Parts: sequence; C-alpha cells; structure tokens
Amino acid sequence: QVHQSGSGWSPVYVEENLGVMSVGFLLSSPDDAVIWRGPKKNGLIKQFLRDVDWGEIDYLIIDTPPGTSDEHLSVVQYLSAAHIDGAVIITTPQEVSLQDVRKEINFCHKVKLPIIGVVENMSGFICPKCKNESQIFPPTTGGAEKMCQNLNVSLLGKVPLDPQIGKSCDRGQSFLSEAPESPATLSYRSIIQRIQEYCDHHQCQEEKMI
Amino acid sequence: ERSNLAGVRHILLVLSGKGGVGKSTISTELALSLRHSGRKVGILDVDLCGPSIPRMFKVQDNDVHQCDSGWVPVFVDQDKSISLMSIGFLLEKPDDAVVWRGPKKNALIKQFVADVAWGDLDFLIVDTPPGTSDEHISTVEALRPYKPLGAILVTTPQAVSVGDVRRELTFCKKMGLRVLGIVENMSGFVCPHCLECTNIFSKGGGEELAKHAGVPFLGCVPLDPQLSQSLEEGRDFIQEFPKSSAFPALSHIAQQVLDGTLQQSS
Repeated sequence: QVHQSGSGWSPVYVEENLGVMSVGFLLSSPDDAVIWRGPKKNGLIKQFLRDVDWGEIDYLIIDTPPGTSDEHLSVVQYLSAAHIDGAVIITTPQEVSLQDVRKEINFCHKVKLPIIGVVENMSGFICPKCKNESQIFPPTTGGAEKMCQNLNVSLLGKVPLDPQIGKSCDRGQSFLSEAPESPATLSYRSIIQRIQEYCDHHQCQEEKMI
Repeated sequence: ERSNLAGVRHILLVLSGKGGVGKSTISTELALSLRHSGRKVGILDVDLCGPSIPRMFKVQDNDVHQCDSGWVPVFVDQDKSISLMSIGFLLEKPDDAVVWRGPKKNALIKQFVADVAWGDLDFLIVDTPPGTSDEHISTVEALRPYKPLGAILVTTPQAVSVGDVRRELTFCKKMGLRVLGIVENMSGFVCPHCLECTNIFSKGGGEELAKHAGVPFLGCVPLDPQLSQSLEEGRDFIQEFPKSSAFPALSHIAQQVLDGTLQQSS
C-alpha cells in the first residue's frame, strides 16, 4: 500500500534502506491491467519522478520495460534537470536479443544518456548434477562481449542461469543472501561493484569541475 | 474495394504481459508447424521497438515493395507458404532505434493492418511486443472488423511472469478478445549430457493460471538449445529437428490451433 503525505508519496520500504515505488502498488487486484496509451503512462511516470518522497538516498535505480518508447523518453526527459549517472543495459547472449540491444544503445546515444555498461544475463547454465555447461541461449554472433567491443561500451559482466534466482524473486527474497556461493551471486557482486566504481568516479569528476 | 484481409481465413494474436518469454519464438514455430500441415501462413510483427521476426526467418536484409493494393509481404522462400511484415524491413540500418511515442506507433500499426497485400492465407499470426499498451490497443481495434480467432498467451513458469500474464488475460477480456490458450514456455531444461531435468524458471505457473482463469492450457515448451540455435540461424526447426526436445510441444500447440479452427467451422 502506498501512503500520501504532505511531502508526497511514500515509497514502500522492503528494508530500512531499500524503498520501492511501482504501479503494482496502486492496483487493487493482481488481475488489474494497466491498459493505457502513451500520454496517460507519461502522466504517471512524471508523478512517480516528481512526487515520491525518497528522502536522502545514495542510489535511485529505475527499472524500465523493454523498448525505446514513451516510458523511456519520458524518464529521460523528466530527469533532464536532475543528473542521470547512466544506463545499465541488459541482454541475453543470442543475436535475436543483441539486435534489440544495439537499438537500445543507439537510443541512449540519441538522448545523450551515458552508458555505464552492458550485462549479459542468462549466460550459460551449469547442470547441478553433472556440472557440464550448456549454452541455452547461444552467443552465435559473439555474445555481448563482441557487441561491446564493436560498439565501444563496457561489458560489466555475465550472469549465468541459476534456478534459485527465479525462486528468490518469486518469493520476494534476496537471492544474494539465499545463495551467497552461487556463481551468479559472484557475478552480480562484481557487476555491482563496477557500477559503484563508475558512479563514484564520475561523481568525483563532477565535483572537481564545480 | 476488397480489403487486404479479405483472403485471410483466421487471424490469431500472440500476446504476453512480460518481455523475453518467447512470443516471437512461439509465433515463428507455430507458423512453421502450420506450414508443415500444408497451410499458408502470414506473420504480422507489430513489435516496433524490437522486431525479431525477420531474423528468425533469415530474411532481415530483405526490402519491402509496394503494389497497387499496398505493401507486398516478404516471402521466406520460393515456396511462398510463409510471408512476413515487420518494421524490421523498413529500417535503413538494422541498429536504428525506433524511438516513437504512442501516436506515431498507432499510425503505423493501422497501416500494417490495412495495407499489407497478404492475398489468400489460412492463418495470419500477429506477433506483439510485451504489455497492454498502444500497440495492443491499436492492433486489436484495427483487427476487430475482421473477427480474429483469438489470442495465445505466452508465459514462463515463474510467478513473476505469470503475474503479468494475469493482467494480459484481463486485457483480452476487456477488449473482447477470445483466449485460445496459454503456453508455458522455457518450462524445464533437460541437460544434454546427463538428461537431468532442471526447472530453471520454476514450473507449473502457466498451467495453474490456465486452470484458475478457465482457459485452455496449450502445453509446456521446454528450453531447447537446438531451438535457440535454429532461431539464430533462421532455420526451420520443425522440419530439421523433429527429435529435439521442444518439437512435440510445439507441434501439439499447432495441432490444437488446427483442431480449434475445425471446431469453429463445424
């Protein structure tokens, strides 16, 4: 449930230092569909960006739907006065995914959104029984690695498939805490560290300029 | 003047609440399966931001030509039994992003629905982007006069995906679109080395949802690296890999669609 106060909408706190806002909280039933055209979506996104009282936070992560349309344009436009550190772009290894991600990278260039880097998700699966690796989503054209080289963007890391990830998400639990030894956890942590380093580095640069 | 959809016997949409669950894969394999039963099939790809269909048939470099009645769809081979239309064919460069707001997307979708000279088809499959927004509203409204057969909803097994597909079911209800059934995709993976089955994205959510919502369950399609590979290479998985793990489920989905249309005519 989302509460309103004088200072705006309160995020829903998962933990003391993790707050979330989503249209999901505004729907009364799990069957409710948000069947809105662009302008109405833009209106809510504006409200979300303007009216949520986050307080003092170190990071605001904006999760977006797939594509390069209203939601993406609106987020970038409404945040143009604030400072967006950059975008993290997620792909899977196969060309069918990469071909859309190249468009997303072009979108970022077009709207002058810096790219922190690309994450290759669902990158290989290690059978829990025989420990052999299978490339379920094969990187037939070199995967994210080759694409990043070609387009001169950073590859932040590759996250392998792990059945526990889906389970944790479905149960609303932290995968990183539930499966601290998983290769996926190690991957996530390394990616997160690189993102933090990028943000710290760029913040320093900005402070120097001021 | 005869409409471009007058020769199309059955129209069906492939929808999902969620991205990345395999709509385009299911659309492609359904078309290939129907072709193998001797049907003529068209695919209309209305995913304007992430058009995957041309590549899945290895015709991504093809151009679209105009004729008197409108756009000529792209045939995937000499056989001319599968034809496609997608914004993918209209882009100057494949990496060009289509950064359009709703109204411009709606205008192109109206054109795609009205102005493609499909000729005579047994089935027109409409592949959609994820969600319940402009593309979906416009597509359903534009197709309404042609009385689509209905929609196939694709989900992966886990709750997070099923949760979005519940909303897609509401969309169908509100838009008066019949639900032909739910497909549970990426349902289990059989290790090719030791044959152990792992439910990477959990299992059963799609089937449960179908039961809960009172719609047909069309089956579980397992993760199959040979299927992913075929799509990457634009190959005919149904023709070339009948022994592969995803084949039985995919053929069964097509058979149910065919049985459904027979029921409808009788």
